[in-house]
Order: sequence, then structure tokens, then C-alpha cells
Amino acid sequence: MKFAVIVFPGSNCDLDMYHAVTDALGEEASYVFHTETSLDGFDAVLLPGGFSYGDYLRCGAIAQFSPIMEEVKRFATEGKPVLGVCNGFQVLVEAGLLPGVLLRNKELKFMCRTTRLKVANASTCFTSDYADGEVIDIPIAHGEGNYYCDDATYAMLKTHGQIAFTYVDNPNGSRGDIAGITNRTGNVLGMMPHPERAVEALLGSTDGLRLFTSLVKQGANHVKTTV
Amino acid sequence: MKKVIVFATLRESILDPQGVAVKGGLAQLGFTGVEEVRIGKRIELLVTDETTDMMVREMCERLLVNPVMEDYEFSIEEVASV
Repeated sequence: MKFAVIVFPGSNCDLDMYHAVTDALGEEASYVFHTETSLDGFDAVLLPGGFSYGDYLRCGAIAQFSPIMEEVKRFATEGKPVLGVCNGFQVLVEAGLLPGVLLRNKELKFMCRTTRLKVANASTCFTSDYADGEVIDIPIAHGEGNYYCDDATYAMLKTHGQIAFTYVDNPNGSRGDIAGITNRTGNVLGMMPHPERAVEALLGSTDGLRLFTSLVKQGANHVKTTV
Repeated sequence: MKKVIVFATLRESILDPQGVAVKGGLAQLGFTGVEEVRIGKRIELLVTDETTDMMVREMCERLLVNPVMEDYEFSIEEVASV
């Protein structure tokens, strides 16, 4: 399976993503610069964390107009997996691929620590290697991860099983303890915690690795059914 | 040329933690009569005379403001060409 790691000016978790895919997962990955316009040959897209375009105006606001984002949108509408982590999540909501918005953390502090997450929906292509309700350890590192959406959107997220992960101890004020959501069709996931930083025991947790193994399994099934 | 001034503020329904912190700071200074503080953004654009209200509105809704969390208003004033 071949993963594209999108690199915006100001991305800083692109190397972590690449490392997680190639060294911990043992799959292929390539960096795709924000100025590029094609994702041909890739099976999944990863939008890494960081501070794209310096977080100017709003987090993710400028990155949504990068040339590669049109192609990411096309890739997503084809039903292929797109994962945005941290700033990648912020880019996905600004680009309209996911509903809602990420506000400043309730306590105004940048938080960098391991959090416990509950797997709220283990039937997505990103979470199938977890069990429903399972609690996992994944680090966060953000100042603006306070997920907000209006009542109608929140009800829709719940109805359609779009809430993938929730915080056990809400660190940032997110509505409904939301840590990660998918789109309606389940092939786009945005989450503030960093699964790519939890793929080796040496770094404190391997709980993030199963997100990537889930994708590889789904990819393999997809190939089987389409061949 | 025209000068456009856009004010973007967090929507009423959204808690403004920065505002809450600043309110606490003011109270610390003895200004206990402050009921609420909300912080927004002011964006100034210098535009050509052909720029219409509708174009400014589109700029706001497509980039300058995120309508999920912000409300906005703008004013346009004539300025002498440089």
C-alpha cells in the first residue's frame, strides 16, 4: 500500500508520518509537496500536523487553497482514505471535507501529553483493528483542538457514527469530548491526537499503529473485491 | 481606491476563552464592572474602485471569515489614490 504524505510550508509532523508508515508499518510512503497536482498511484493520503502557512488568519485556512488540495478533494470523493492529524484535521475542516471547526483550547494553553482516547466507532476503515469502546493511549500536541459544531451537525455526527474517537478526560473543551470524526462516507478521518507518534514501545505507546494496520487491511480487501 | 474594513468576531454561541482571560485581567486591575469581553479581528483591504460589495462578501465567506465560528461585518470608504 502506498501512502502520500502531503507537505505544506510549515508542516512539521511529515517526517513522523513517513517514519510511521515506512519503518513501523513497513509500507511505502512518499512526500507530496503542496504545489503538486497529482495523487496518481497512491492508495491513501496523510495530512500531517504542524503549522501550515504559519497558521495565519486561521489554522488550516490558507493551506486549503494549495494546488494539491483540489486533488485531495477529488481523491476523497472517490472514496479513498484521507487521514488528517492535528493541523491536517484543521485543514480538512477549513477545506469543507469535514464539518465543524477547531477553536482555541478552552484553557488557552498549548497541550503536549499522552491522552486516553475511547474508540467510539470501530467499524470505519481507520479503526477496524480496534474494538468498540476500547481505550487507547495517543499523544496530543495542540493549542487549537477544541472541536466545535452546531447542534444539527453534532446530531448528524452521532446519528451516522461519524465520531471515531472521544477523549476520556477532555483536555481542550471539545464538544461531546470529540477527538476525531469521519465524513459521512467514512473515508475521511480528522483527529487532533497523533497516532503516528504512538507506533513504537520506545516512544511510550504502540496504540496508534493499529490505525495504520486497519487501513492496510481495508486496502487489501478493496483490492480483493475490485480485482 | 477604496478601503475595506472587515470585522470578524466569534459567533455569540461560541465561548471566547481569550475574552474570558482578558476579563479576568481587567478584574485583577480593579475594573470589576466588566461583564463580558469578546475578542475579534479587524482586517483592512485596499481595493480598486471596481471592487463591489458582493466581491467583498465573497472574499469574506471564502477565506477571510469561517462562518462556522465567526460573524462578520464590513465597511467600505473612499480613499484618495496614491
